[in-house]
Amino acid sequence: MRIGVLAAQGAFVEHIDHLHHLGVEAFPVRLLQELKGIDGLIIPGGESTTISRLMVEYSLTSEIKKLGEQGLPIFGTCAGMILLASEITGGNNLTDKPGTRLDLMDIRVKRNAFGRQRESFETELTIPVLGKKTFPGIFIRAPLIEQVKSGEILARLDNGTIVAAQQGRLLVSAFHPELTDDPRFHHYFLDIAGGHN
Amino acid sequence: MEKTGTWKVKTGLAQMLKGGVIMDIINAEQAKIAQEAGACAVMALERVPSDIRAAGGVARMADLSIIEDIMKAVSIPVMAKCRIGHFVEAQALEATGVDYIDESEVLTPADESNHVWKHDFKVPFVCGCRNLGEALRRIDEGAAMIRTKGEAGTGNIVEAVRHIRAVMSSIQKLVNARQDELMALAKEMGAPMELVETIHQTGKLPVVNFAAGGVATPADAALMMQLGAEGVFVGSGIFKSNNPAVMAKTIVRATTHYQDPKIVAEVSKGLGGAMRGLDIKKIPVDELLATRGW
Repeated sequence: MRIGVLAAQGAFVEHIDHLHHLGVEAFPVRLLQELKGIDGLIIPGGESTTISRLMVEYSLTSEIKKLGEQGLPIFGTCAGMILLASEITGGNNLTDKPGTRLDLMDIRVKRNAFGRQRESFETELTIPVLGKKTFPGIFIRAPLIEQVKSGEILARLDNGTIVAAQQGRLLVSAFHPELTDDPRFHHYFLDIAGGHN
Repeated sequence: MEKTGTWKVKTGLAQMLKGGVIMDIINAEQAKIAQEAGACAVMALERVPSDIRAAGGVARMADLSIIEDIMKAVSIPVMAKCRIGHFVEAQALEATGVDYIDESEVLTPADESNHVWKHDFKVPFVCGCRNLGEALRRIDEGAAMIRTKGEAGTGNIVEAVRHIRAVMSSIQKLVNARQDELMALAKEMGAPMELVETIHQTGKLPVVNFAAGGVATPADAALMMQLGAEGVFVGSGIFKSNNPAVMAKTIVRATTHYQDPKIVAEVSKGLGGAMRGLDIKKIPVDELLATRGW
């Protein structure tokens, strides 16, 4: 299995390390030709505006959107979730404009939803699809999911806030599994990608 | 139970900035240009370093009302500088809600002996270094991100190259050293033994390291990345160039595609003039910024 990790900007090395630990071929994707023949794509955390800019400039947005519509498994963490969402609230910048995001998943996401960096936090999450043991949730200037219009909710905070969801082969989390030592979320994505083809 | 201000969320934000460009800006308008160009964060200042250099006098933390305007204007993280050792400026910046504090040699030091004890803060800090020992002393005090200092406000990359090479070659030295040599090396570089051992084992700094101080072109940025920086700070290089929006955008592209000479060449065309640079050797020794702090 070959998994590409979008490497325009952000924490892509951490995702690649996780995938290597799980014995999967993983490599950075910066240009169009690097998308060829991949079995799955991860869009990492970083600055959504920056990533979006570089994706548009190097013609990645339209191609990834096409691949996603054709069923390519895609996992977006934090900024990656913002880029996959069909609707964004909170803050005004260019990623709100049409054509600057992938717009693949029918969810409404609020950017910087918990506040600024001083409000960034860690908490233990219950994620039923990963088993009974809690999962370390690391939220950094994180977005949240206001509404899942289709697909399923995978995780909530204690107060009910939705922080992870899945729609077919598309997976998103507001938190950063790549910053933890716990491989279960990546494993879950690989199970989705393994069922592809 | 939600825990804020942990080491993981402090270092984690720096991890999210990797592969990106952090740009010095002095008002909301410049912040928007930086965000539009693809900056992964902005550094709010009263004056860019080349103007601080020209103006002389005491350089302090920026006016907090300007910083608030900038925070309202953009959705990317906003950083701001406090003077070395000025923990009350740092407290004020934390209370204002900035996302990262740079305890910076670009401002006039407030304490010639002590840096801020950064573990006391929930907001993360980035600090400058000229070598690995200095980086590890700052990390031990709680810096969650490091940047090599270079010589700010010069548009001259030579000091930035010197500093990133010094850090990277010292890391290699620690990796290659025998266990029984580590204490002597720790003593020689004035670095905490625990962090020296961490580097010996992992082969890398325990926090993200950017390059700063002299980046003025896309090629400068790619050079720093190829030498091992995980991202770049650009100070005067953008808003002192002839066409800031273009310079900002091309430096962002060159930082992402630093290993791709074709793209670096492409974005280096028609930039319209980089900032005028300074020869480091012609700067009086007491006006050098990198030697502030230890």
